[in-house]
Amino acid sequence: MEEVQLEVSYGRTSNESAIEIDASHMDTRELNSLLRDLMLSGYERAVLRNVCGQRYIGTRLYSPQRRVMTIEIHGTPGNDLGAFLFGHRIVVHGNAQDGVGNTMASGEIVVEGRSGDVTGMSMRGGRIFVKGDVGYRSALHMKEHDQKRPVIVVGGTSQDFLGEYMAGGVVILLGLYGAHTASFIGSGMHGGVIYIRGEIGEEQVNSHVLISRPDDADTEILGSQISAFIERFPDLSLDVDCILDSEWTKLSPRSSRPYGKLYASTAPD
Amino acid sequence: MRSLVLPEFTISRSEECDRCRACEHQCPFGAHTYDVSKDKMISDSYRCAGCQRCAVFCPKGAIEIRPAPSFYRPNASWSRERIEDIKRQAESGGVLLTGCGSDKPFRIYWDHMLLNASQVTNPSIDPLREPMELRTFLGSKPDRLSLRSDTDTATDPFLMVETPVLFSAMSYGAISYNAFQALAIAASRSGTFFNTGEGGMPSEMKSQFKKHAIVQVASGRFGIDAEYLNCAAAVEIKIGQGAKPGIGGHLPGEKVSQHVAATRMIPEGTDAISPAPHHDIYSIEDLEMLISAIKEVTNYEKPVIVKVAAVHNISAIASGIVRAGADILAIDGVRGGTGAAPKVIRDNVGIPIELAISSVDRRLRDEGIRERCSIIAGGGIRCSADVVKAIALGADAVYIGTAALIAMGCTLCQRCHTGRCSWGICTQDPGLMRRLNVDDASRRLVNLLSAWSHEIKEMLGGMGINAIESLRGNRDQLRGIGLHEWELDVLGIKGAGE
Amino acid sequence: MSVRRQKLYSKEICACSIFGAMSRAGERFTGERVIRAMASMHHRGNGLGGGFAAYGIYPEFREYYAFHLMFTGDARAQREAKRAAEEFLLRNFDVVHDEEIPHSDDVHVRDPPLLWRYFLSPSKHGEDIDLPDDEYVVRKVIHVNSAIDNAYIFSSGKNMGCFKGVGYPEEIGRYFMLDRLYRGYLWTAHGRFPTNSQAWWGGAHPFGLLDTTVVHNGEISSYGTNRWYLEMLGYKCTLHTDTEVLAYAVDLLMRRQDLPMEIVAKILAPPTWETIDRMDVRKRELLTALRRIYAPLLMNGPFAVIVAQSGRMIGLTDRIRLRPLTVATRGDMFYISSEEASVRLISPSLDSVWSPRGGEPVVCEIDGMFEGRLEHEIAGAA
Repeated sequence: MEEVQLEVSYGRTSNESAIEIDASHMDTRELNSLLRDLMLSGYERAVLRNVCGQRYIGTRLYSPQRRVMTIEIHGTPGNDLGAFLFGHRIVVHGNAQDGVGNTMASGEIVVEGRSGDVTGMSMRGGRIFVKGDVGYRSALHMKEHDQKRPVIVVGGTSQDFLGEYMAGGVVILLGLYGAHTASFIGSGMHGGVIYIRGEIGEEQVNSHVLISRPDDADTEILGSQISAFIERFPDLSLDVDCILDSEWTKLSPRSSRPYGKLYASTAPD
Repeated sequence: MRSLVLPEFTISRSEECDRCRACEHQCPFGAHTYDVSKDKMISDSYRCAGCQRCAVFCPKGAIEIRPAPSFYRPNASWSRERIEDIKRQAESGGVLLTGCGSDKPFRIYWDHMLLNASQVTNPSIDPLREPMELRTFLGSKPDRLSLRSDTDTATDPFLMVETPVLFSAMSYGAISYNAFQALAIAASRSGTFFNTGEGGMPSEMKSQFKKHAIVQVASGRFGIDAEYLNCAAAVEIKIGQGAKPGIGGHLPGEKVSQHVAATRMIPEGTDAISPAPHHDIYSIEDLEMLISAIKEVTNYEKPVIVKVAAVHNISAIASGIVRAGADILAIDGVRGGTGAAPKVIRDNVGIPIELAISSVDRRLRDEGIRERCSIIAGGGIRCSADVVKAIALGADAVYIGTAALIAMGCTLCQRCHTGRCSWGICTQDPGLMRRLNVDDASRRLVNLLSAWSHEIKEMLGGMGINAIESLRGNRDQLRGIGLHEWELDVLGIKGAGE
Repeated sequence: MSVRRQKLYSKEICACSIFGAMSRAGERFTGERVIRAMASMHHRGNGLGGGFAAYGIYPEFREYYAFHLMFTGDARAQREAKRAAEEFLLRNFDVVHDEEIPHSDDVHVRDPPLLWRYFLSPSKHGEDIDLPDDEYVVRKVIHVNSAIDNAYIFSSGKNMGCFKGVGYPEEIGRYFMLDRLYRGYLWTAHGRFPTNSQAWWGGAHPFGLLDTTVVHNGEISSYGTNRWYLEMLGYKCTLHTDTEVLAYAVDLLMRRQDLPMEIVAKILAPPTWETIDRMDVRKRELLTALRRIYAPLLMNGPFAVIVAQSGRMIGLTDRIRLRPLTVATRGDMFYISSEEASVRLISPSLDSVWSPRGGEPVVCEIDGMFEGRLEHEIAGAA
């Protein structure tokens, strides 16, 4: 079946290791099977046209040899885009739905529109760049270890519960298009850092969170991640110094043990 | 604040004691100390957990630990436990934490069911000489076998066990590295599986044990990446646990050592918090999505297990889970163990596993989807007869956790959450951990499985059955005793003599 | 289990996909695109329920209540149910027209019941004589659904109708030939993933009373609480599904108590106390009063719903948005869906796409659009 499609819907692009696929009549499993076959046979870049709702794009691409490829998506990919992503690069020319980069380990996801709820949930490495806004519970339980430090940069803002249970990593909201209205930011946060450009009220932030101004080390992180963001969205014509030179708020956990006092032992101390 | 709680145990020391201080060395809670000036061992019964480590290791057999005889004025409503829990909360203001499965006297249905044996009308079988098969396949079975070779013959992935007993999820971090390794070794020697729980798999163990590992994906997503998921025989999505249905987990920072941190992929010393739900599963169709995502990342090569706590609506939930694509359903009953759980949850939430197995099995049969998944039952399996009864009620296999810990030395002192396990099982303290010898512990586990397997064969033989699959859902082999009508109905069995 | 105990716990759990499309200009269109959009969310359901509500489909009978009935059981039970139901209808209504609901035998569906529709107006007698028409109809519908075996009125509004059954939504849509026979200005649809396989056609969504219909994704954890409150007020929960209580709550609050949707949303999905406590006095008092008085109607647990009524469509999620809902517009068209991709499928270009905040209703009306106006008024202080 896949062989038939190889003839019908593939178009070779100028680059020999790149390929173009019309996904309009493919279901999730078919499309992901195809991508896996392509990766295993050496393709490094796939351009998917007419994607509409297919889920888990990029998820099937784990290989012990750690091959990586770039996937460009035209259309609206379905939920869990790049879930468990292992080193690949995905670019969405449009909006993405819920669960972008769910539990991803490494690689990069670029969304040239908005992305939905739980963006970057449990992410442990790699980067996600979203040009627009992100939905509820983004960066939920993101975590870091050793050299692996996940990063999410959002051009707009987020909805409620940003960074819930956050245990590591970096989240940056650039607030390019309007005010931040999210509540319950950083509920249960016990690691990592959130940087927000523009005004943010104390009542929007959970009591587990310490509100401060970024220091020089923070500015360095911001500078490099914002430059990477600008590089990915040149059409926004942003200037990194101009962005850095704005009102910034840093949110970090008050404690790495937010619930330490909640419990009592039935055993004597 | 001075504690107003009475000690739970008394320590008595006979004259045999020669003050060798072994007890002092063995007790991680500080119940024994040596007074140099008086050349005397001092007991602090307030600190005693009743773990019996000192009694077992006293070279003279001089120590005896007994429940403390002191009591409050007897009161049916205000038991000693209720009084002391209140005092502890008044002293701390916290949620009471405890370890191990519930010790409350919920009816143990295993003890109210009797097994059948053949007499005259068909022969019982002697398992020592006749073939007796315990091999079981866990996973989704197709409705029919297609003999056309090209397309449909690839069946769904499955697990094969040589005995229908698997080790349930116990994470590295909750239990010690030695205990974790002992389980892995025993599983691989016994032809069954161990379960990583939600703590990830230490990287040096991945290649050696991947054929016998069930790796878990729980709400905290600790230690999970594509490689971990692919280094396993099956992937288990943990939704809930019998000891604490509906709530999350919490590995305190002091248990997150450097190696635990590396395995969980989090910084050393931070709390490892597992949220109550998976935040990408708020609904049954979201579960379908996580199951599919895991099948995608493992290239449809591993069966996916979904583990839930046995709760009120368990049969409807089970039906949804099967329809969402789970290959194996694991159900954990109210008596299931834990390394740490709020006492109020452990002792008040959930239903017994026996009732859950029966109602789930019946519901799935009624809906014609029973073969689309296998059932692993856990939470209160104490002996081989429990295994046989669970399978006769409709389970395919069982998970054991507490029984495995006891085999390694655990005495159910319920101090797991303190991280001071005197037996070296539930601790990350290097000194305590060393007490558990990996070879010795794994041999005990292998012995236990082998003993149970023999006993299961004896029981099967008595029923005139020589393959475990003929026992599954064979409720005719069970009769209830001392049960109410409704209980017999839920269990789907007749009363003894009926 | 004894019948008595069985009745105590009769909630089933289900989750789903939901979709709504409305022309704000009131232009009517067939169900073809709605069926296609639902088909794209196929995997959110499991083939055990699909359904549609369509508004503006019976212009020739717009003055009459359109009842859709299903008669279930074997052929004899169906005949008997139909006889009993018709006897009741003829006694209490003037029936101007009735016919079997057309369906296509080319589409294979499981155990279809006998489906019939009646266009009628109230014929009141005795103590009912002073009842408003709507209240009269509601009482009669509840009576049929709770007292006549195997007969179930699943649609009872004017110039609208529900079509639902056991199957994937695209199958149900084709079974009722919604793509060919009907043109409506507002369509909602539902694909179901119940944890129960009873081939019970009545269990599919939408649920409704009069012209209010609800399609729902989620599980209402407060079902037991919501149910006793509504039953105390005369509703009968007979359908073994939590969605029923949502439909009745909307009927109670909007029709019987005449509360505006913005207030109703604050009853079903109120802000947290933490948020309320930060509001200015006037708003705090209003929200506190709503939570105090209507506490039993708080829909706790995850939900996303689309409520439709003549001339408007409302999308709402629970207060911490545990279920997804995406809203989109294109020209006069207004869409609400579980997933953006399903909207893109039938309308690749969109003017705007957004996900409303939890507890914030999105209302689309024929005359114009309203989007969370009161949310800003009430919660603005937060």
